[in-house]
Amino acid sequence: MSGERPGRQRPPPLGDLLGLAVVGSLALMLLLLYPDRRGAVTGTAGDYLVEMMLVLPAVMVIMGLFAVWVPDTLVARHLGQTSGARGIALALALGTLPTGPLYVAFPLAAALISKGARVSNMVVFLSAWACIKLPQEMMELQFLGLEFMASRLLLTIGTVVVMGLLVEAAVEFRGQDMK
Amino acid sequence: MNLTALIINGIALAGVALSLARDRKKAWQSLTVAGRFFLRILPMTLLIILAIGLLLGFVPPSRISQFLGEQSGAGGVLLAGAVGAVMHIPALLSFPLAASLLDSGASVTAVAAFITTLTMIGMITLPLEIRELGLTFAALRNGLSFVAALLIALLMGWIL
Repeated sequence: MSGERPGRQRPPPLGDLLGLAVVGSLALMLLLLYPDRRGAVTGTAGDYLVEMMLVLPAVMVIMGLFAVWVPDTLVARHLGQTSGARGIALALALGTLPTGPLYVAFPLAAALISKGARVSNMVVFLSAWACIKLPQEMMELQFLGLEFMASRLLLTIGTVVVMGLLVEAAVEFRGQDMK
Repeated sequence: MNLTALIINGIALAGVALSLARDRKKAWQSLTVAGRFFLRILPMTLLIILAIGLLLGFVPPSRISQFLGEQSGAGGVLLAGAVGAVMHIPALLSFPLAASLLDSGASVTAVAAFITTLTMIGMITLPLEIRELGLTFAALRNGLSFVAALLIALLMGWIL
């Protein structure tokens, strides 16, 4: 299983390359038309490029290590069983692991619900997977600072848990309604 | 190089060292995968960096703060949240973009709303979420995420 996922990586999407070409030529045109802005644009872009290249390769290495060493099945195995506060904590923790994009998590969550996992835990898991992943927190720390990153993280954890309980109540209410 | 970058690179190096000690083949495989991840995200990264350069070079901060600054009020926060919800860029790249907006006069509240909806809500992946988890689940999760993002953003503006 663990060997399968890395093999599925594709080259950069054509759309991204196309977008880069469009924005690149737009930038070139604007800089030719407005030479007085050249310094500001290239200076800013250069600063951000440096800051990006200081962390992005390392973040990718960390993601690569997780992709190879932590199999998907580990997440599935641990998430289906526990419930209550421990279940929520575990859903949060497993969601933060740097493993794959969100659309990988949907079928996983669906399979676990059909095996009896709580809906609330799956909402927490999906939300954690989407927005409090470890590599994201690293980038947020680098670009927005500790205060911003830490307060957004704590607020997100709080709201995500409440949201999980709300969605669960609604899904169960609808489920009984329709039978 | 700042402290954060040092720590992140330190973690990556320690991970590679540990991986090499445990299993040479898997370590090499991890690095290959990391290389592919990097190549895959590179075009979008360069695009965002160019866009940031153009944004800060051409759009005066007064214009940005007019739409996303303190004085833009609820409208600015809603605008940032809505743009974040429909935009489809890797979450990793939303942070430099957010930093550039903050630099040029956007409020903490608007920037927090932008990042939070961008990461939590997936318009592109919504059909898949509905198919896998049902309409009730998907609609509620995404809808509540928008409300949650606004709540988080307002509290962030209040705290920071």
